[in-house]
Amino acid sequence: MKQIGRELPRLEARAKVSGRAEYTHNLRLPGMLYGKVTRSTVPHGVIRRIDTTAARALPGVHRVVTGEDIRKLIPEPYYGPAFHDQPILAFDKVRYVGEPVAAVLASDPHVAEHAAQLITAEYDELPAVYDELAAMQPDTLVHEVLRPAGTFADLKHLQGRKGTNVALDYHLRRGDADKAFANAHRVFEHTFKTQQCLHLPFEPHVAVAEPGDERLTIYSSNQTPSFVRIEIARLFGWPENRVRVKVPYLGGGYGSKVYVKLEALVAALAMLVRRPVKIALTMEEQFYMITKHPTTFRIKSGVDKDGRIIARACEVYWNGGAYADIGPRVTQKSGFTAAGPYDIENVSIDSYALYTNRTPAGALRGFGVPQLVWGYESHTDLIARELGMDPVAFRRKNLLRNGRPQASGTVLRDAAVGEVLDALVARIGWNAPFNRGSPTLRRGRGIAIGLKASISPTTSVAMVNVSADGSVYLYKSTVDMGQGGDTAFAQIVGEVLDVKAEDVRVVAPDTDVTPYDMGTLGSRSLYHMGNAVRLAAEDARAKLRALAAEAGLPEGTNYPPAEIFRKRYGMQAGNVIGTGSFVPSYKPPDPQTGQSDNVTPFWMVGGAAAEVEVDTETGHVRVLRLINAADCGKLINPAVARTQLSGAAIMQLGFTLSEAMQLDGGQVTNASLADYKIPGIGDVPPMENELVAAEQHSGPFGAKGLGETGTFGVSPAIANAVHDAVDVRITELPITAEAVLRALRAKAGRPLEDE
Amino acid sequence: MSARSISFTLNGQLVSTTIEPHRNLVELLQRFDLFGARESCGQGLCGCCTVLVDGQAVSGCLYFAVWADGKSVTTVEHLDADGALSNVQEAFIACGAFQCGFCTPGFVLMTHQLLKHNPDPSDEDIRHYLSGNLCRCAAYPEIVAAVKQAAKAAGTTAGISAGQ
Repeated sequence: MKQIGRELPRLEARAKVSGRAEYTHNLRLPGMLYGKVTRSTVPHGVIRRIDTTAARALPGVHRVVTGEDIRKLIPEPYYGPAFHDQPILAFDKVRYVGEPVAAVLASDPHVAEHAAQLITAEYDELPAVYDELAAMQPDTLVHEVLRPAGTFADLKHLQGRKGTNVALDYHLRRGDADKAFANAHRVFEHTFKTQQCLHLPFEPHVAVAEPGDERLTIYSSNQTPSFVRIEIARLFGWPENRVRVKVPYLGGGYGSKVYVKLEALVAALAMLVRRPVKIALTMEEQFYMITKHPTTFRIKSGVDKDGRIIARACEVYWNGGAYADIGPRVTQKSGFTAAGPYDIENVSIDSYALYTNRTPAGALRGFGVPQLVWGYESHTDLIARELGMDPVAFRRKNLLRNGRPQASGTVLRDAAVGEVLDALVARIGWNAPFNRGSPTLRRGRGIAIGLKASISPTTSVAMVNVSADGSVYLYKSTVDMGQGGDTAFAQIVGEVLDVKAEDVRVVAPDTDVTPYDMGTLGSRSLYHMGNAVRLAAEDARAKLRALAAEAGLPEGTNYPPAEIFRKRYGMQAGNVIGTGSFVPSYKPPDPQTGQSDNVTPFWMVGGAAAEVEVDTETGHVRVLRLINAADCGKLINPAVARTQLSGAAIMQLGFTLSEAMQLDGGQVTNASLADYKIPGIGDVPPMENELVAAEQHSGPFGAKGLGETGTFGVSPAIANAVHDAVDVRITELPITAEAVLRALRAKAGRPLEDE
Repeated sequence: MSARSISFTLNGQLVSTTIEPHRNLVELLQRFDLFGARESCGQGLCGCCTVLVDGQAVSGCLYFAVWADGKSVTTVEHLDADGALSNVQEAFIACGAFQCGFCTPGFVLMTHQLLKHNPDPSDEDIRHYLSGNLCRCAAYPEIVAAVKQAAKAAGTTAGISAGQ
């Protein structure tokens, strides 16, 4: 039976609907202590004194730990994927409100929480910087010295750089943009901004560390078990095999649970007290863990007389908060697509990762690309309007097609850019007349498409084990956080070994057992791990054939595996282990020009078309229709793929219309679901989702990743539709009723007063 | 704070324990190794901690454990206690009405309560009734489809038994 293309429900479906699925959230170990964190109340300051007397005196408190205690265990207690800049607990300076400065351990989490509130810290406050443009000036320095991790070769030149908040500056030069601007018929320049928002998985960050004899087991709700193992081992100066990281199902991730989050803290605490330690964040505390980069994007285009874009210059400023996390990779790996899915001869891109005194920013479902698409698709739409051209016709004229070089110099292949645009145009009926609404409830439509490269080069390793009865196990460290990875990989194994996917036992990530994977992020898993899994299954198949030959079975016959094992070993015994590892080829971009002819193994293409109704009296935007289209190559599981596209689009709808972290003096003032509005069931507009016919020839059975693609086009499609409806342009997310009303009133010459 | 003794019916079984007055129903259930009700937002807004008390849905994170004294508490784990999934659970699987699954028990229990009161809900009824449950993976379109499918399945079952 064919397994690829089956609309199979998720393998873990029964466990999830019955409430019995395993999450780290549920885990309790004998003798376990609960940790609660005391957090900085100031955005930037030197720690003068931490008074833990009252906390230590509270009955039931087992131990109070500060940064100085951590340093006795780990002299250089800094972690981070791109920079070793984040202390396990702050000990010299604090750099944002909410930064952990102490931890309390108790058998009862309520006691730990109470004690954590009894700890007081005194600071000599320093000036703080919150805005990414302000952070370009070295007036206020978040870090005195930059500490690149050395994980990524192209960051090593930053070692020890001082006197700046710029963690990484990335530059791309293609052609001669300045010259082309001088020759352009028209030049357009705009600035777009995005807000700080966050992932908010419903299983908030949680980790448990269980100490052993010079070793540790960490159970964590984390997307990157292999990385956590390496990073924790590095902190303790151990070999990798002394740290075991186990990850059950995740109650959501969306990029928030990549790299080290709580793991270093629980590991250090467990080693200090020699007992298992669990820290589970509250929903509120997630606002002090990791967020999505606010950005400022200055974009300028030169157009010739025929409506061809001949030059584009992009300056992107990424507000990375107090610690770099994966921000420098976002800056570079997404930065090079800042000119969009257009065929432009002359491009310059300057992309800056900046430290500020905010909660750190990382990757949120799109690795920076949604912020870029917001800018370049709003800008592209504005140009079309200024030129008096139909926005779709203008895009078609400039679209990047397969076989043509992208701004990085890498030729576009297997990217269904035109097909995605065509699907949107057809579904929304772009060329047909539509109801324009009434004078007070005006309707408009907008379209937007985006392009993303896969983070590269990254490695995945898989292992397929065929037991003596023919039943099959798959071992891999890709995490199933709801995207359906386990099911897709089981389908790949099933296809190769001719077994039903639901009969493949997928072993949960456990670094003592499951082989290396770079991480479940950036929509990389189906492509990278999918290829590794396919290779592992093919290897197992080849070994089964070899075993059959050893057993003296005639070649070319199709004996069931159980029979081969029995024949070879005389009983139900033995097993066959197939392995597969996959890392795509890659050429690093030239550091001066950003040029490389092999910068990504595959491209993701996604877009949205929206029809909206704007209330001109209140500014309220109602989305009447939302159409999402994407290229994910050939479909392994169409049912799961459609829900990924739909879920990503609805999530992005929240970032488009309502979600924004509010800051007052560096303090987040809306850190709860009551004050930070995420989409509910009543906020979902009528939606259509289309996965266009496509194939990724280098992908497993023609497939590629999809987890992020649904986010790309939503925000600019809605802004473009609002413009179409009421002739005002919103340049900053989110598109709230207030923002639209302010724009309408400003346009009418009756601006609303500022608060 | 001193603990109080309470007795209540938990998924059909009479149970007793002692618990401090500041603990909530989710913590109480964890003592009985029931983890399907999950505290997430801690404010009664997300519905991940939904539990039925005397047949009425409550937010377990806002419901003091001691209030369960003398009451009948039903959790998601009770729905397939006899080994078979409920119509609603089957429909959630068939429609792919979840991704990470963390909020799913809450949606499943609320759907049971909805269908008890309104066996044939419209899309609007469903959205209104489930507006107190949030899903960050945003499986909302699939959830609406699952509720309708469960209603249809229940209707078919009812029709058959009425016909007998």
